[in-house]
Amino acid sequence: MTTTWVKSDRQKEREKLLKAQGRRSLSAATISTVVVVGLVVFGLLASPGWPRVRETFFSWDALVTALPDVLRGFLLNVGIFLIAEPIILVLGLGVALLRGLRSPVFFPLRALAALYTDVFRGIPVILLVYLVGFGVPALQLQGVPNDPVVLGTIALILSYTSFVAEVFRSGIDSIHPSQKAAARSLGLSHGKTMRYVVVPQAVRRVVPPLLNDFASLQKDTALVAMLGPLEALRQAQIHAAESFNYTPYVTAALLFVALTVPMARFTDHLAARAARQRGGAT
Amino acid sequence: MTLLTIDGVWKRYGEHDVLKGVDLTVDTHEVVCLIGASGSGKSTLLRCVNLLETVDDGAILLDDVEITDVRTDPDDVRKRIGIVFQAYNLFPHMTVLDNITLAPRKVHGVGRAQAEEQARELLTRFGLETKARDYPDRLSGGQQQRVAIIRAIATQPRLLLLDEVTSALDPTLVNEVLGVIRELKESGMTMILATHEMGFARDIADTVCFLADGVLLERGHPDQIFGAPQHPRTREFLSRT
Ligand SMILES: Nc1ncnc2c1ncn2[C@@H]1O[C@H](COP(=O)(O)OP(=O)(O)OP(=O)(O)O)[C@@H](O)[C@H]1O
Ligand SMILES: [Mg+2]
Repeated sequence: MTTTWVKSDRQKEREKLLKAQGRRSLSAATISTVVVVGLVVFGLLASPGWPRVRETFFSWDALVTALPDVLRGFLLNVGIFLIAEPIILVLGLGVALLRGLRSPVFFPLRALAALYTDVFRGIPVILLVYLVGFGVPALQLQGVPNDPVVLGTIALILSYTSFVAEVFRSGIDSIHPSQKAAARSLGLSHGKTMRYVVVPQAVRRVVPPLLNDFASLQKDTALVAMLGPLEALRQAQIHAAESFNYTPYVTAALLFVALTVPMARFTDHLAARAARQRGGAT
Repeated sequence: MTLLTIDGVWKRYGEHDVLKGVDLTVDTHEVVCLIGASGSGKSTLLRCVNLLETVDDGAILLDDVEITDVRTDPDDVRKRIGIVFQAYNLFPHMTVLDNITLAPRKVHGVGRAQAEEQARELLTRFGLETKARDYPDRLSGGQQQRVAIIRAIATQPRLLLLDEVTSALDPTLVNEVLGVIRELKESGMTMILATHEMGFARDIADTVCFLADGVLLERGHPDQIFGAPQHPRTREFLSRT
């Protein structure tokens, strides 16, 4: 504490070398990126079918015409996602916690939760959208919604909750039993142990796989198109049918990508931060 | 005054009888050290007292009330008995302060401000006041174990169980943890310690108990146990350590 640090010549030399190394690897990365991108673009433009492909898939005029409608449809996709996701998180965690209850009193609940995850993880999402979207209105029950958007959203929730519940469950199982013992020995009940000690640690661990499921859900909102609502894919279909041009599909695809890419980078960022917090070990 | 009575406690894992009728009484303010070979059942006994294990026979009484009664609420008993394990005690997602205040706030209903003030007092008393906002992985092993002990006493338990709290530590860190235990003894805390630190046991214990073959073979004042052990098994054990 009393002596101040004066950088030694050895350290100065070391830092100079490090800087030079950094410059070298940066220029290497730049050159290789330019070369790879150049080759891909050249290969595409030089291919014999390119002019036709450009006309039917990448027509600027078709994009401009379709964009307002596709974008408006895409807002519906985003809306479905924003409503479904929080519900899925809450229900998924609930199902995972039910499966963790050990008391015999809860056997029926536990069995039901297990059955639910087994069945709904097995049904393809598109099938579930059909079953709920067309099956539920056919029952003609009082007070049950008939709106295809609502039914499609329910189908997505049913399917994704079963996946998210399994992600949460694996996170909960990965917390070392000594943490539970330490909490119980402080007098915390099972519920409080889960709430304050186990679940917070489990949730931190499963954030990357959860975000992965988010990205997947975000894409699958397009399946609601099967029931008729005018979301992005449906709007693109309409435009494509009118103009005999596939550019509207590319437009819709670009919109979906524009949303998933930031999410993927965010996932990477969180994963990297989690790794740093664990001190780089494991 | 008798605080804890262990009466004929029997514990079996599968076909293996670990405890075969252990009898022990602990008075208020008394410090009892459990010694014995690895696998002799020291940890098992402490876990039984804290109801982390159920006994297969016999009874344990705290303040003359049987806590091994099947109708007692284990959470209620654990509010009055603190335990610190060998390692992996602290909650890694909480700061030191939150680790210490969790049980006072969520189990004993103490307000946040008051709980934090008490926690800071304890941290200051044990020389850790600068660590309140740190996460456990930023602390040394000895500091972590001291925080674990502080956390266990923050709820003012009647009895503190310490299970080899120094055996996962570097020898240079052992003393700072032993210092905390010494300080707790001076403040009158009733404790049962399982330990391999014979010098420390001799120094701090009011009573030393030698556990072997599932029973307490010998119990007595540390000078007697370490100076003139009666039982040949005790003599043999002590000569090996
Ligand atoms: N959950 C368990 N299931 C089966 N056997 C167990 C269990 N816990 C402990 N044992 C056995 O009980 C015996 C006593 O273990 P215990 O941990 O109490 O010993 P110890 O005296 O604390 O030993 P050490 O000094 O090494 O900590 C050992 O033979 C151990 O294998
Ligand atoms: Mg042990």
